Amino acid sequence: MTLQAVRPRDTTKLPQRIQAAGVYIAIAALLVFNLAFTPHFATVTNLRLQLVQVVPVAIVAVGMALVIATEGIDLSVGSTMALAAALIPLYIGYGVWPAIVVALAAGLAMGLASGWLVAFAGMQPIIATLGLLVAGRGLALVLADGRLVELFDPTLGALGNSAVLGVPVSVLIVIGVAVVAGVAMRRTAFGRRVLAIGGNRSAATLAGLPVKRTLVTVYAVSGLLAAVAGVLSTARQGASDPSFVGLLIELSAITAVVVGGTPLSGGRVRIVGTLMGALLMQLITATIIQHNLPDSTARMVQAAIIVAAVYVQRGRSAA
Amino acid sequence: MTAVANPPTERPGAARGRGSAPVALWARRGSAPVVLALVLVAGTAVFGGRFASALNLGNIALDSSYLLLIAIGMTFVILSGGIDLSVGSLLALSGVLTAYASRWGTPAAILVPLGVCALFGLANGVLVGRARIAPFIVTLAGLLFARGLAFAVSKEGNQVYIIPAELALTRVGQARFLGVGAPVWFALAVFAVALVVLNRSRFGQAVFAIGGSEEAAELMGLPVARVKTLVYVLSAVLTGLAGVLVAAQTQSGLPTIGEGRELEAIAAVVIGGTLLSGGAGSLSGTLAGVLLLKVIQNLINQVGTLTAYYQQVVSGAFLIVVVLVQSRLSRRGLR
Amino acid sequence: MTTAAVRVRAVSKRFAGVRALDGVSLDLYPGEAHALVGENGAGKSTLIKLITGVHHPDEGQVCYLDEPVLFAGPREAQAAGISTIYQEVNLVPMRSVAGNLFLGREPTNRLGLISFRRMNRQAREVLRRYGITADVRRPLGELGLGVQQMIAVARALSTDARVVIMDEPTSSLEPREVDRLVEVIELLRRQRIAVLYVTHKLDEVFRVCQRVTVLRDGRVVHSGPVAETTRLRLVATMLGRDVADVREHGATSFSEQHQAAAGELVLRAEALTRRPLLDGVSVDVHAGEVVGLAGLLGSGRTETAKAVFGADPVDSGSVRVGAEARASAGAKPARRRWSPAAAIRRGIGMVPEDRGSEGVIGELSVRDNIVLAALPRLTRAGFLSDRRQDALVDTFVKRLRIKASSPDQKVRELSGGNQQKVLLARMLCLYPKVLILDEPTRGIDVGAKAEIQALIDELAAQGLGVLLISSELEEVVEGSDRVLVLRDGAVVGTLRGTEISEDRIMQAIAAGGEERP
Repeated sequence: MTLQAVRPRDTTKLPQRIQAAGVYIAIAALLVFNLAFTPHFATVTNLRLQLVQVVPVAIVAVGMALVIATEGIDLSVGSTMALAAALIPLYIGYGVWPAIVVALAAGLAMGLASGWLVAFAGMQPIIATLGLLVAGRGLALVLADGRLVELFDPTLGALGNSAVLGVPVSVLIVIGVAVVAGVAMRRTAFGRRVLAIGGNRSAATLAGLPVKRTLVTVYAVSGLLAAVAGVLSTARQGASDPSFVGLLIELSAITAVVVGGTPLSGGRVRIVGTLMGALLMQLITATIIQHNLPDSTARMVQAAIIVAAVYVQRGRSAA
Repeated sequence: MTAVANPPTERPGAARGRGSAPVALWARRGSAPVVLALVLVAGTAVFGGRFASALNLGNIALDSSYLLLIAIGMTFVILSGGIDLSVGSLLALSGVLTAYASRWGTPAAILVPLGVCALFGLANGVLVGRARIAPFIVTLAGLLFARGLAFAVSKEGNQVYIIPAELALTRVGQARFLGVGAPVWFALAVFAVALVVLNRSRFGQAVFAIGGSEEAAELMGLPVARVKTLVYVLSAVLTGLAGVLVAAQTQSGLPTIGEGRELEAIAAVVIGGTLLSGGAGSLSGTLAGVLLLKVIQNLINQVGTLTAYYQQVVSGAFLIVVVLVQSRLSRRGLR
Repeated sequence: MTTAAVRVRAVSKRFAGVRALDGVSLDLYPGEAHALVGENGAGKSTLIKLITGVHHPDEGQVCYLDEPVLFAGPREAQAAGISTIYQEVNLVPMRSVAGNLFLGREPTNRLGLISFRRMNRQAREVLRRYGITADVRRPLGELGLGVQQMIAVARALSTDARVVIMDEPTSSLEPREVDRLVEVIELLRRQRIAVLYVTHKLDEVFRVCQRVTVLRDGRVVHSGPVAETTRLRLVATMLGRDVADVREHGATSFSEQHQAAAGELVLRAEALTRRPLLDGVSVDVHAGEVVGLAGLLGSGRTETAKAVFGADPVDSGSVRVGAEARASAGAKPARRRWSPAAAIRRGIGMVPEDRGSEGVIGELSVRDNIVLAALPRLTRAGFLSDRRQDALVDTFVKRLRIKASSPDQKVRELSGGNQQKVLLARMLCLYPKVLILDEPTRGIDVGAKAEIQALIDELAAQGLGVLLISSELEEVVEGSDRVLVLRDGAVVGTLRGTEISEDRIMQAIAAGGEERP
């Protein structure tokens, strides 16, 4: 009874700040470590490589951040990437751009499907997107007949490997996506609705917000961005590889979002933090690999980090 | 903190309170075996002897037995209101460990993987039950970790450990009894024990109760954290057993197997009528769900023009459709 | 008298500096049903939580069977013999009746397996003892709530409870089910079990209980035998009014002058029905008129508000706004989906009762919270116009005197009163025709309360139609031009002009059980 005032005074501020800054501190520490101990780390080629390699995760993570801001989750992103990748060789006969448009449309469709299942059919986001994860990968493999297809299209190659003023095109695309997402979250009614829904869904409904429509849009954006990541991965590899592209990327993306300071409980979002989270995970993997530790170690470390990150976050929100 | 407010407007108890719909209930609980029977008949009608041959049915049974073991554990986890996404990777890890440990003889080849899996399940369970981290996050990380470990043990997949043919494990694992492979008998035995544990033990009742209402279970004095921890241990150990049997069958441990198995298991459980939100369901439903899934996959294989990849499409689509129908039916049933 | 089963001695409890309980004492004896009544925020729940160990008292102590106790939580209290039956039945709906009765202590056979035959037989015996007829094998959730409630009681008793606390057990029961519960409580009393019966229904106090304790604002304002009090006295003490001496001038900031002549009809809600909570409630609101909804907790006040605003579904009934309300006197209303979004579009605004869980979005700033509902009006091609946003926020922050360090401050950092003003601003910036205010001044400080009351007056004077819900009688009396009195989900009285008085409202609430004292 009474106790609206029970809510504790804002004691969470400091730990929150530390956690938000934690990504940057960790990145700085890793950079220093690598500069000191990793041979050939501080070369332009290597640094550019690190940036290019983080592109797919970064793009997917931005979409994931929006979904998580609504208190949802999207596990289907990796399969969406595969689906986009599988469609490119099928339509590249009509030209690169039509093929890309088809791939992106497929991603959008995947996103709309999960959005509909979550918003209108009332399914749990985990299950809806888990189902699409399996079906999507399967569909991609059916379309490609499970084969890796090499692509020798110069335009596609340029998209994956060329650079403007020394900055790879794909990195520019990430920056573009992040800027658009950041502006959308800060400056538009849409962004406000997303945060309101994640922050307090019943309040958002009582304020007359179009909750369902907004949810569908968010998942559609996530699907579209996953398709972009799929196209860029394909372009960079010069091959469409639906068996492996985007495999387990949902996990990396969730980690990036959480490490970047966006709570899984929704209502807040950090786009730049998400990019930094993705970069951090990439640097950790790179550090491990460049010190001749196997890939499997990188996976296990990543698993430990995600549990730790969520645990820390949970402890904070429970406090 | 606002305690006594007006009577809340959404009252699940109240909604459920008035009248049930037996039809909906039947559709949820009993549909899988019926659909299974129909599919079997249809399969036989279309493909005749090719489908209904002893050899093919035996293959289906063998293929189902591994999934059944995993799905039994998954049934406990889902009934308790959780989910375990790590089982696919754990299957691979168990297989690799079996093959690795087979150099020390059969007991080691069984105990090492089962022990590691039990520890793994314990870690999952403690993180879910005590640390209260969302099950899907914990087990998704577990998925990554187990796969990483499987690759680490097999030297990044470059080393394939072979299980000697003369080992007791191999002989038992590949034995046939009444024309049916040993894994099938193992799976059926585990199924029988699981039936008793779920339905006739206090642990089983507690699993149901926690999935039905964790808050109520807590208030009624059930050891919620311990039960939740145990279901993840159970799931991991049964998956480990499946891994041992797969390894014995193939005489090797590959770190790449089992991808997407978690989905198959979840789909089987849900198709079998267990509520994804926990609290209601049955192992017999799970058995029917496993068989249904495997028969359909087999039929897809029978159609020469369809590749195995269609199985994934069907599994995923099936999962979504079943959950959709389930929620529609139960919503109508509860109205 | 015999020794008390539970003795609460002068307990006080503060939450974040707010006093929830202030020196409350209460004795609960074996074999008595003791009513604990009081309006929202009176401290009933806190008291229960202190007894069952959810919270621990800051001062004073709780004794159980003459021993001071400090339970670690409800589980420990239950093990000791204090069972609580919550408003929400705390059983597992999907399990069988027998399963629920014996969960955690199922009878087993020699092999350690559960014997369902024995369990069901024992369950049947238990049910028979309490006169409950139900198939023990059926899932609990398929039974009526009354039966579920009774089974919760049966479970509590089969764990050897000596004290049973019932927290508003009848709030969702049908009359028939209530009868059943009353019988069971009689049975408990005969078994020398102490029953603490928390309720807001006066009928039940007189029907079920021997003694009654009234809490108001965290203090005991009355305690004594039920036989020595009357309905009217109880209502008066609950609402903190003196029957003999209803003051002429209350402590509210409403002006005494209300325009008698209200403007044109702006809202017509007809025969809103939602069983068992609402039973054919009709409300008209005119421009410039403040219509008060009075009634005790659970009488259908909030339910009416939510039905009008489209926040809760109704079984039947209609809501019409503006010209539509005036045009169609008896015409059949168009069937359309009624939702908060639709209500807002048509010019209804609502400030919900539960500020925390349905109102503010704590993580967002004051600015974002204020403009939330007005977003469509503040955007051009989807982009928010800072200028228009700031102008709007500035206007309302000033007008409502919202105290925040800046519009960027997070709402959860504000005081309750300022949060309430933010919610008012969110609705006012839509310039609605009708504003529904559900407990607009609950739990906020005196200053903010006065400001909000004055604001309501001012808004009505400017032509806004207001539907005002308050559990504070003086607020309804002094703020309203017309008062509808609700009881059990139906309108039981309409008062206008000079008829509006606390006396009359209390009489209307208390009526309906005239045969009793």
